Amino acid sequence: MTTLRDQIQHVIDTEPVAIFMKGTPEMPACGNSLRALQALWQAGAPITAVDILPDPRIRQELSALTDWPTVPQIFVGGELIGGADITEELHASGELSRKLDEALGSEREQSVGVLALDLAAA
Amino acid sequence: MAVDLLRTLLLEAFPEGSVEVVDRTGTGDHFHVAVASDAFVGLSLVEQHRLVNRALAGPLSDGTIHELRITTKGSA
Repeated sequence: MTTLRDQIQHVIDTEPVAIFMKGTPEMPACGNSLRALQALWQAGAPITAVDILPDPRIRQELSALTDWPTVPQIFVGGELIGGADITEELHASGELSRKLDEALGSEREQSVGVLALDLAAA
Repeated sequence: MAVDLLRTLLLEAFPEGSVEVVDRTGTGDHFHVAVASDAFVGLSLVEQHRLVNRALAGPLSDGTIHELRITTKGSA
């Protein structure tokens, strides 16, 4: 049995680029989640998305863990880089690509994946 | 008005800053706040947004704010 919080922490720690968002990359359910995704995509990130909508506890546990009240939340190399506004801002300034290069190397492959948390175990 | 509440809270947190609050949708729950303050100097964007989020913790947690966009600038 792994608690929800442990699972979330594990995603943050092990996924190169993680976004906790409303909906999925295929069907984003919120404009901010879409904005963040687009910035990550344009910067060539290997994106792992976690939909927070299936269970309200995901959002609660995530915000408790990060002390960040809103979603989406974007992590690069285990570090919270911010929400949609910061991600867009970092992309516009070129800083996002630099961050990705630093954390993952410039040879990184662009990708989009979806990861579901195990709600039954939590 | 929620706009006034947000402006008041932000001015309390950043007394010498300049604060702008826009109701983006006219529905009183989707906001864009722009804060310029010396308090941001030397802080990362994440730290700057944390300060703004902290100032708005009340309306963020009680559902007054459904969506929040933040722009910060490091000088008033």
